Amino acid sequence: MPIIIEAEDLTKTYKETVAVSHITFEVNKGEIFGFLGPNGAGKTTTMRMIECISPRTSGTLRVFGMDPDKKPAEIKERIGVVPQETNLDPDFTCAGNLLTYARYFDIPPAEAEKRVENLLAFVALTEKRDSTIEKLSGGMKRRLILARALINNPGLLILDEPTIGLDPQARHLIWERLRLLRAQGNTIVLTTHYLDEAARLCDRLVIMDHGTFLVEGAPADLVREQVGSEIIEMDNTPEVIACLAALGVAYETLGDQVQVATDASRELAKTLLDRCKKSKLSTRPATLEDVFLKLTGRNLRE
Amino acid sequence: MQSIWSFPRITRRAGKVWQRNLEVFLKTWKVNFFPPFIEALLYLTAIGLGIGTYVGAIDGVPYVDYIAPAILAIATMNSAFFECTYGSYVRMYYQKSFDAIIATPLSIEDVIAGEILWGATRSVISVAVMLPVLVAFGVISLPFSLFAIPLAFLGGLMFAGLAMCFTAITPGIDTLNYPSFLLITPMMLFSGTFFPLAVLPAVFQYVALAVLPLTHLVALMRMATLPALGALLPLNIAWILVTTVIFCIVSINLMRRRLIV
Repeated sequence: MPIIIEAEDLTKTYKETVAVSHITFEVNKGEIFGFLGPNGAGKTTTMRMIECISPRTSGTLRVFGMDPDKKPAEIKERIGVVPQETNLDPDFTCAGNLLTYARYFDIPPAEAEKRVENLLAFVALTEKRDSTIEKLSGGMKRRLILARALINNPGLLILDEPTIGLDPQARHLIWERLRLLRAQGNTIVLTTHYLDEAARLCDRLVIMDHGTFLVEGAPADLVREQVGSEIIEMDNTPEVIACLAALGVAYETLGDQVQVATDASRELAKTLLDRCKKSKLSTRPATLEDVFLKLTGRNLRE
Repeated sequence: MQSIWSFPRITRRAGKVWQRNLEVFLKTWKVNFFPPFIEALLYLTAIGLGIGTYVGAIDGVPYVDYIAPAILAIATMNSAFFECTYGSYVRMYYQKSFDAIIATPLSIEDVIAGEILWGATRSVISVAVMLPVLVAFGVISLPFSLFAIPLAFLGGLMFAGLAMCFTAITPGIDTLNYPSFLLITPMMLFSGTFFPLAVLPAVFQYVALAVLPLTHLVALMRMATLPALGALLPLNIAWILVTTVIFCIVSINLMRRRLIV
């Protein structure tokens, strides 16, 4: 499988702070690779280094086998970027935005026209073709940015929180389109705060904090390895705590709840119901969110 | 970190930024072409004919003919300077256009070079709109006055580069008012525009020649429109060429320092 991005010991320092610290990873052709982590973990900085808009401090980085310091234009020609911040050009219409962007990639006008119509249809914005940007809803703007990122038929698509602030309909449309793109052989790298999004989309992902990787793997494997298959939730009362302690079961308290992670929920639930009678008890499948909170803690960031 | 004096690598892609700005400009061409036209009329009637009635002639030149080239030089300065301060700042900071563009094969050097080229183009457009008005009033002579067009481009580059230096270091859009009021307005009055520098104490003349870019542009514009060669022609041209190169190089490097972290 060809490697699209290769990073070794990649580090980025801003004056005093270390934003990304000695990370090593590879992204293979045709996969969706996710970067998860709390605010300030270094995800966006990593994206910016891959996008050739922020020079690395040390380490090696190759995108399509090329060094971003030496061949930025050649790399940028082959990537599509969906930035975190909406930076559509308010001086142009939807189609105008795409056409202007096509010119930056040296796409001939006739070919650009064709691609613009296809892409507007792809993101379901054909009707808004001649609307100005300010008339678009948040979801439409994100979709238009996705279309803009695809104007050069990129081999690598980089999305920094692609569905931030979108309603469920818009999120699902974007997810569906991303899967379609993967099916066509595109490689996709994304960052997200939505763990359900990462679990649904990503073939592999890393969880980052303080500029380093905490874990790397397929979402389902990470859940199984880090947490177990299921979570039992009970009330946080002295009786329950005493009971769990007596049984020697590991637990975590969260406000008015106690959580027990397990691979054998049925047996454990039965034992707990028998022994710790005074609590309500429910079980649910473990999720990536449990892994995330376990690894990065529950303290608020920023 | 790269020095602010290092020569930036600019590619032909800079032209695409210029083209983007031109397209936006042409969308509202009616409002854009009107101001220089009106400006020329206002200056000519108020200062040229109004004040000129009392002044009569300067060095044998009718007052209105004397200020006509100054109108062109001031328009050159204002067009490029305001385009590359407020205009570029809005595109950079509020519209995030530069961020969007550098995600494509264009580099930040290409973007800033394109912006500066566009600033100079605004100067050319303003002067091109004013020239027919001045010709209609009979205050400039053809065909030598056509030199005002290349002069507008050169002077436009100079002021666009200067403006971009301020845009690169300004903390916010409000602080761009400082160079506007402390540099551009005084320059408009004290660069041999509406009265000869010779009437001021010698020290003023030397200061104007040494540090006020407009002084040299007004002098060259006046040589073209009268037409009459001035003694300082080589100095005027050399001064503008050298500072233009310096301003453009430094501004691109400062912008790189601001935006590429």
